[in-house]
Amino acid sequence: MSDLTASRAPGVSQSLSRTSDSYLRMVRARRLYSGLMIALFVIAMILGFRIVEGRSAGGFMDGLPQILDFPASLVTEAWEKRANLPGYFVEFFPALIETINIAAVSTLLGAALGLGLSLVSTRGLAPFPRLIPVFRRIMDILRAFPEIVIALVLIFILGGGPVPAMIAIALHTAGALGKLFSEVAENVDLKPVEGLHSVGANWWQRMLLGVVPQVAPNYLSYALMRFEINIRASAILGFVGAGGIGYELRNAMTFGTGRFDISAAIFILLFLTIVFFDQLSSYFRNRLVHGVQR
Amino acid sequence: MSMTTDLGAARPGGAPLVAARALIARKRRLALAVPVLVLAYLVYVFFAFDVPGLVQRANMDNARILVADSYSHKVHVTRDARAGEMVYAVEGENKGSYPEGTMPAWVSGGFDDTVIDLGGGHVVRFLPERRVEYDVPGVGLIRIDRVDGGIVAQFPGYAPGESPDWASVSDSRVAITTEAGRLSVTRSKDEVFRYFMGWELFWFTLDSPYHGRSPGEILFGPQIDPARGNIAGAVADFTGNPMWRHADVFWAIGETVLMAFLGTFGAAVIALPLAFLAAKNFAPVVALRFAVRRVFDFVRGVDGLIWTIILSRAFGPGPLTGALAILITDTGSFGKSFSEVLENVDGRQIEGVQSTGAKPLQRYRFGVIPQVTPILLSQILYYFESNTRSATIIGAITGGGIGLFLTQAIQTQKDWEEVTYYIVLIVLMVMVMDTVSGWLRRKLIKGDGSGH
Repeated sequence: MSDLTASRAPGVSQSLSRTSDSYLRMVRARRLYSGLMIALFVIAMILGFRIVEGRSAGGFMDGLPQILDFPASLVTEAWEKRANLPGYFVEFFPALIETINIAAVSTLLGAALGLGLSLVSTRGLAPFPRLIPVFRRIMDILRAFPEIVIALVLIFILGGGPVPAMIAIALHTAGALGKLFSEVAENVDLKPVEGLHSVGANWWQRMLLGVVPQVAPNYLSYALMRFEINIRASAILGFVGAGGIGYELRNAMTFGTGRFDISAAIFILLFLTIVFFDQLSSYFRNRLVHGVQR
Repeated sequence: MSMTTDLGAARPGGAPLVAARALIARKRRLALAVPVLVLAYLVYVFFAFDVPGLVQRANMDNARILVADSYSHKVHVTRDARAGEMVYAVEGENKGSYPEGTMPAWVSGGFDDTVIDLGGGHVVRFLPERRVEYDVPGVGLIRIDRVDGGIVAQFPGYAPGESPDWASVSDSRVAITTEAGRLSVTRSKDEVFRYFMGWELFWFTLDSPYHGRSPGEILFGPQIDPARGNIAGAVADFTGNPMWRHADVFWAIGETVLMAFLGTFGAAVIALPLAFLAAKNFAPVVALRFAVRRVFDFVRGVDGLIWTIILSRAFGPGPLTGALAILITDTGSFGKSFSEVLENVDGRQIEGVQSTGAKPLQRYRFGVIPQVTPILLSQILYYFESNTRSATIIGAITGGGIGLFLTQAIQTQKDWEEVTYYIVLIVLMVMVMDTVSGWLRRKLIKGDGSGH
């Protein structure tokens, strides 16, 4: 080895210098590109910020000193009237339950629909392989609809209440989970499915007994994650008129100064709920994932 | 049954068999219990949400109006007795009215002798002394007269004072709805609506010289408006269309995307250095790491809705509030996921850089950043895409972007064609973002070469 390099030293050093030259040139070009990208990005951020500021009612610098005013008055008022808070917690608990129910039902229904959509749009499992692109498009469109669009239109027809929010979130969930589910289903082991097929199982039996046991932990974990997201979504939709704790929050906000203790109570309830379900779902998701590894 | 039990007992593997059987029995119980529980929960929710009451309260007329309005439009022909004039207007809106001295081709005559052809043989006539006649094919001539200040309608084949169920007649108002259109006669005005497919005046309003011209005429034909070039004039009249406000709508879409962009990337810029403080293998002080993590959890837990409300108190309505709300919420999400990525970083590369005598900052720059950039960018792009949806919702609350347009159009409860237009644009916007970010993410992961 050393002999070889010694005898061909001039050629090697020449090619080495050429290699290092081209390598350095490449590095320089790459650095130039990333430098340009970063510069462009910074310009876009500044310009975008300027545009957004120009189209808003208040300026950024004007608002910055006031940013703590509202939270401060919220906290002081809640502290002054802290004796009232437990009463408000009890009063708004049913609304909170409604928000959680909206999230839970829409996750259940959306996951069921997403499960169906994922199975009919996965190669190897689909009963009608030709319709796979159609079902994929359907999932894309369901996913693209922001919940608020469907919710507001349904509120016009059905009137305010939890059902429009539930339908809106369920449809969006079906699209979002359908995509994640079909990614899991693509990696499924087809041997059990073939085995079931060979003993004469129909499509439903093949899916239920051959596919679902394989994908259930992953699907459950995704559905739990979606449940977390849906609690937030259901609170927001309440704020635009779909019932639950969000609706109470909007009413409380209109009361204004002097009644901020109500808003504070709802803030606390909402915060605790979100944190609680985040922790709960991440605990179960961890267990599900570790269960798979064992 | 007894034989298998005996077999199991006789063999050394009896205990595993019993255990397996117990497991199967447990799974079978679970497989039965879960659907039953889910069903029971759904039944509970069915009544908790008062679905039976909702079915009764549901307003199917609203649904019909909404659906019909979303793909068709109507032209109003109005004889206004108070003002003593005829008005021809699309959707009855000022912005859609025909210029002075012009009228639709299917209308002829003037105030006292208007003939309105609704198509399919349906003809309505406005006659002197505010008499109105409607000739319905297969039914005959319906006469509507004023008698002593009241309105009297005579339907062929019906006794005076009686009417078929497709008409509603009272002393002060007669409304007749057929498949060709609608006639409404009140004390102050006589009005005919004719329905057409499609969105009205979507390209140009009636006062624009380009209305009713084909694209070929505008692009290649002779100059239509002497003051302006064809293409420039057509673009100006299209974007300035007072009914559809295309320029404003496109601005609003851009504003929504901009809110998502500023929020997402601003959050990423803030979260990245903080994530180093929160990652187990980079944190300088354990207490600081713990504190930063709690801050991330708090910011995430407070949720975009509450941030939006708090920020709108300081910055007022507008896209700035929305962008900052997204920024703050996602700083928490990014901080958490970035620090997880940093904890899973490959230590050998950092050691390699360190062995060449690199200082800490250089170790991060050359040992860590190249490893995590594709993963972080892919996460940021994913959030960017989902934040365009959130920006629509936050815009509806704080009053910015396309979300504001959408809520305003829905609140009027009649501009459903505009609502449909906005929905189509929003869905297209989200799908484009989805496609672009998916494509970029795939490129990033492939370029990374680690075979994710």
